Amino acid sequence: MNQPSAPREHAHDHAHDHAHDHAHDHDHDHDQGSPDHSHENDALVIEDDAGNLLAQQMVDALQTLLTGKGILSAGEVTMEIQNLESPGRHLGAKLVARAWADPAFKARLLANGKNAAAELKIKVGEAQLVVVENTPALHNVVVCTLCSCYPRSILGQPPSWYISKAYRARTVREPARVLEEFGLRLSTATAICVHDSTADMRFLVLPQRPAGTGGLTEDELSLLVTRDSMIGVAQASVPGAVLPGLL
Amino acid sequence: MTAMAAPMNPVRFAVGDRVVVVPLGKPGHVRTPDYILGRHGEIIQFCGYFLNPEELSIGRTGGPMVPLYRVKFSMRELWHEAQHHPQDTLSIEIYDHWLAPVTGTPP
Repeated sequence: MNQPSAPREHAHDHAHDHAHDHAHDHDHDHDQGSPDHSHENDALVIEDDAGNLLAQQMVDALQTLLTGKGILSAGEVTMEIQNLESPGRHLGAKLVARAWADPAFKARLLANGKNAAAELKIKVGEAQLVVVENTPALHNVVVCTLCSCYPRSILGQPPSWYISKAYRARTVREPARVLEEFGLRLSTATAICVHDSTADMRFLVLPQRPAGTGGLTEDELSLLVTRDSMIGVAQASVPGAVLPGLL
Repeated sequence: MTAMAAPMNPVRFAVGDRVVVVPLGKPGHVRTPDYILGRHGEIIQFCGYFLNPEELSIGRTGGPMVPLYRVKFSMRELWHEAQHHPQDTLSIEIYDHWLAPVTGTPP
């Protein structure tokens, strides 16, 4: 098996992830404690000999103080954790399903993802959403070689493999092999375009609409739109796999 | 502190321009990965103006704002080896100061 050379990795990689995500995911607002940090920041995990995590102790202390003073309730904290983890993939799936159902919307989505999302009352928090369309002739796949840039506002947090060094290094070097390992074997007639998300844009793949979906409603279509298909490591699901009995 | 007041560097490239990524050798919070340095590509989109992350990361928030582009490269140009398809490409975001114009026809 080939061992592709890794993209730029250096001692300050983790610090860079943070500075970058702060700078770009929060409109250049350098606040601390953003939801963008739930990835592999091993260097930031500080624990003592007994395994106590400094960050966890601080969170526990703060929550105890804030709930003790009646400023927060445990339920509110739980809700906020859900808010950080959501909105999940369904907002992206909604965009894709609408694009499949409405060619005019698809054209607007491809021209300016953020504005088109706003039509559906979906707020894209990042500077811009670049939507790239899969066709029989072209397959798009998204990677962030330098850290974990991901359209979090519409897909939620990235999967662990997306932030793994193997995915980041190999996808720009041997995308067809990587896709095969995900179970996606592309036709030799299909060219691949890899999108390395290095800066302020965020990328969403518009997967091909599966055959045999002509009679489905937009809500039903959205169930076929998996997270992986919007990253580009899979095709959208076929109806029989997701909606048994419908077709 | 306000980004809106920051000066703006000129947009030097248009869609379709051929460019080369300049190996600036800068340390710090650089958003241009090594594998793209010295490679020739084509501007496919002007993405707008952004504060330079290399400056932002060390607290310099006053600008100038720099143009950001999407640049497309041939995978064969990047890796000099056979790909899945001869037309395989890679697109990546690059800030203006990492790019230089290329004249003449593509290799």
